[in-house]
Amino acid sequence: MNFILKMAWRDSRASRRRLVLVSLSVVLGIAALVGIGSLADNLQRTVEQQTKALLGSDLSVSARAPFPEAAEKYFATLGGEQAREIGLTSMVGFPTRENRRKLVQVRALEGNFPFYGELVTVPSGAMAQVLAGHSALLEETLLVQFGLQVGDEVSLGQATFTVAGALKKMPGESAAVATLSPRVYISRASLEETGLLKSRIFTTYRVYFKLPPTRDPDALVVTMKEKFQKQRWKYATVEERKRDLGQALKDTYSFISLVGFVALFLGAVGVASAMHVYIRQKLTTVAVLRCLGASARTSFAVYLIQGAGVGLIGAVCGAALGISVQLILPMVLKDFLPFTVEFYVSWAAVGKGAMAGLVICLLFTLLPLLTVRRVSPLLAIRSAQGESQGRDPWRLGLFFVIASAVLGFAIWQTGHWQTGLGFALMMAFGFGTLTGMAALVSWAAKRFVPKKSLAYVWRQGLANLHRPNNRTVLLLLSLGLGTFLMLTLVLTRDSLVEKLSGLGGGSRPNVMFFDIQDDQVARLKTIITGTGATVVGEAPIVTMKLASLKGRTADEIMKDDKSGVPGWTLRREYRSTYRATLTETEKITEGTFIGHVAPGTEVVPLSVETSLAKDLQLKLNDVLVFDVQGVPVKAYVASLREVDWQRMQANFYLVFPEGVLEPAPKTFVAAAHAATPADSSRLQQAVWKEFPSISAIDLSLVLQTVMGILEKVSFVISFMAAFTVLTGIIVLAGAVLTGRFQRIRETVLLRTLGATRKQLRQIQLVEYAVLGVLAAVTGGGLAVAANALLARFVFKMPFTLSPGVLATSIAASVAITILTGLAANRGIVDHPPLEVLRQET
Amino acid sequence: MSDRPMLKVDRLTKTYRSAGGALTVLKEVSFQISAGATVAIVGPSGSGKTTLLGLCAGLDRPTSGSVAVAGEAIGEMDEDARALVRNAHVGFVFQNFQLIPTLTALENVLVPVELAGDSSREGEARELLARVGLGERYGHYPVQLSGGEQQRVALARAFMNRPKILFCDEPTGNLDGDTAAAMVDLIFGLNRERGTTLVLVTHDLELAKQCQRIIRLRGGAVLSDEQTQVV
Repeated sequence: MNFILKMAWRDSRASRRRLVLVSLSVVLGIAALVGIGSLADNLQRTVEQQTKALLGSDLSVSARAPFPEAAEKYFATLGGEQAREIGLTSMVGFPTRENRRKLVQVRALEGNFPFYGELVTVPSGAMAQVLAGHSALLEETLLVQFGLQVGDEVSLGQATFTVAGALKKMPGESAAVATLSPRVYISRASLEETGLLKSRIFTTYRVYFKLPPTRDPDALVVTMKEKFQKQRWKYATVEERKRDLGQALKDTYSFISLVGFVALFLGAVGVASAMHVYIRQKLTTVAVLRCLGASARTSFAVYLIQGAGVGLIGAVCGAALGISVQLILPMVLKDFLPFTVEFYVSWAAVGKGAMAGLVICLLFTLLPLLTVRRVSPLLAIRSAQGESQGRDPWRLGLFFVIASAVLGFAIWQTGHWQTGLGFALMMAFGFGTLTGMAALVSWAAKRFVPKKSLAYVWRQGLANLHRPNNRTVLLLLSLGLGTFLMLTLVLTRDSLVEKLSGLGGGSRPNVMFFDIQDDQVARLKTIITGTGATVVGEAPIVTMKLASLKGRTADEIMKDDKSGVPGWTLRREYRSTYRATLTETEKITEGTFIGHVAPGTEVVPLSVETSLAKDLQLKLNDVLVFDVQGVPVKAYVASLREVDWQRMQANFYLVFPEGVLEPAPKTFVAAAHAATPADSSRLQQAVWKEFPSISAIDLSLVLQTVMGILEKVSFVISFMAAFTVLTGIIVLAGAVLTGRFQRIRETVLLRTLGATRKQLRQIQLVEYAVLGVLAAVTGGGLAVAANALLARFVFKMPFTLSPGVLATSIAASVAITILTGLAANRGIVDHPPLEVLRQET
Repeated sequence: MSDRPMLKVDRLTKTYRSAGGALTVLKEVSFQISAGATVAIVGPSGSGKTTLLGLCAGLDRPTSGSVAVAGEAIGEMDEDARALVRNAHVGFVFQNFQLIPTLTALENVLVPVELAGDSSREGEARELLARVGLGERYGHYPVQLSGGEQQRVALARAFMNRPKILFCDEPTGNLDGDTAAAMVDLIFGLNRERGTTLVLVTHDLELAKQCQRIIRLRGGAVLSDEQTQVV
């Protein structure tokens, strides 16, 4: 052992800088794993520490209708403290800002919520002012966006409020909530004055409990579910929130740790490749050691120690960098976290990340190291006899272990074997495609490059692609993977943006009005046409609940664990419509659409959207009973309908025929098309002036919101993808530097034989330009394919391609390759051959 | 010189198989070398000299026949067992020196004993280096030494494990005339001092004549096996 350690140390003398450089390849991958793992631990700990602040109360119960009297009586017996909240969406108007408006979540509060955790407002006492009445607490982003100040006036429905302050933080809610729809808090008493409650069907009634210490919230939920089993309330307890949050966080960091793992994998491939070249240069030394009496195991151990050293340096540096990454990650993810994460170093996560990195790095290092075992001592006297011939079963075994390790890691991180397997297969496909492309390029360079008609520098440059010790595979892998990842992100984001931008094109609706009362419909249409806009359509909305399905009540099915019917389909409040015809976003896939029935029809023909039919396990002619605000309505499935949900239009799961639901309480939605943003604004102002309770959604605002979320998500993904891209650049630099060591004698020989500096540069330029173009094109091709798949299966939109983005990415990739190549080889062509040989070998 | 054979080669045959067919480079070669003897193996290129050296030193396994070094039949041993025999009984001097480039002269000389787990013989290594005229160059790396100096370090390394038999493969092949002569003096001088058996593979007939016996190879077979005038 003593000799092995001593020899490993001594033998590394001339190569230590190079080995450290090799180890850098895995640093970023390990850093990503350590950073993410450590963050996960921090989040876990923060969740534990801020348990009660996650909900702001011990228990919350939400309902779609006011709580019945029996419930109120029961709540009063529970003791402790309660707070009430009524939530609805509405437009808030800013009279001091040219009457501009914005769709917001209105929360009318009564009581001292939150009971736990910190409510942050500016100024700090703003909520007390709100609860006193006639004041509103606005999301900070609203104040910034509209340039509002404390004391300004805002309008909600028919009432006017004074801005009491800005809401910065509400316990248990993340900033992303505000991005989707900003919150406006008013007092419950003031809500009556707005008149909004009368016209709203999307209203949530919530009660928050601060329970006496003797009451267990989870046990209470069980009791309440039993006691009020007919009510489909939603319950939230701290334990449940912790569980949900824990799962959401786990999903998030599983995903980003897989992105980090791609970086580690690429780095490990880089290490294996560099070690391969390193070991090839050590074969004679190994042969001499064997001649002098070293066993195969001893020589192998010498280089294994060096390989382990490379992994260890990578792991230590990676762990150190990972701790810094962990400091940055909370900032990157801040909009998605419902609390402030306190930083501490999780040594367990550091150990786990570093260990995973070390193991992967070692496994990949073993691949080239296996050669050492088979070096014949004869190599010392006869250079032709390098290593033993024949297949090495250990190599095959090692490939199996590596594949198992990758799969195992993916399953460990995702927690699901299917997802893990899918990830491993995707990695195998990506790496396989790039490696296959490299093999093809090498083969084509050998087979098709003309031997005579091409200039010498071109022939030489292209020959470098297939000659022994070429770096084609590694360069294509590192560059191709980097291009693939970044381009996939950019293309997907562009496709989404293009799609969203095109939503309001042509004569399609770009403004939606909702919460319209029966008696407002006709006047609203007049206002719309009066401002030069067109009415694209309107639809009545009737709310209902599913009472029974194929003879079984919804409650029975919910209690049946084996039913396979998702709970949300049974619990939800369906907002359905009735009409005589299909709209242009609908297509019948089975049965016949019946648009009209005679009043008094006992079993009504119903059209069900296909995905809901699948969830409810419905076939044609199956019978359902709906509870339409107290009145049972029996229906059978007359048709199944496919709906294009992505069109900005009022789309419905359930469409009833005319002649049934007309007497039921209902509101309307209407869609309009305004030619320009100015027309749209004028239209909304006109509607608001006459009907302040009608809400409007402007497509451009939706687009703005979605873009905001998209930017945040893509920033997080880009941040993680950057680890892989940077690793790719390090591996690229390592590969080019390795090439420097390999090619130095050849370059010097060419120089000695009279090659000019220009010729040598041109040879390098040809090689790196060809590799850069091929890597970029392959990576680009993979990105286009991935984008097409994502468009088809995830975003369900037509695939679009931006040639400009593609061309820019390819050009950037080629430029990086050429610059790295030329930079790494600098000095070789500028100095006399002998001087270079003396310094470099 | 004793009559006990230090190297015994019996009907040694080596055939290489490749896609192009089988190629027999040594055919039924037999001879014995007594302890302390000096023997040159000569022959034209392709006659099988290097292959024979490789087999005799236990660097390769014969296709048939046997080799015994210091009484140990190495032909049947596995590679690790042969490595132990090499470390215990054999010394090497190569045509292209084969010093380990990352080790200093002293460290190169120490490798055989350190491999055997003995780290206590640095003094002896220094003495050997001094004996070959490199007393001041312990800390130099191979790249900092001339060809002759490198070969002298290799010679010191070859004697470091007190080998019973020393194999030299064209030891002067890469050296100029004067340096080569000095090297030859050192090889034979150390051989005499330490009573080592010397097997020397060379093209150089003048060098071969300094040995007590010359074995001539041609086409993989022994053409002649003669004693010289050297005693």
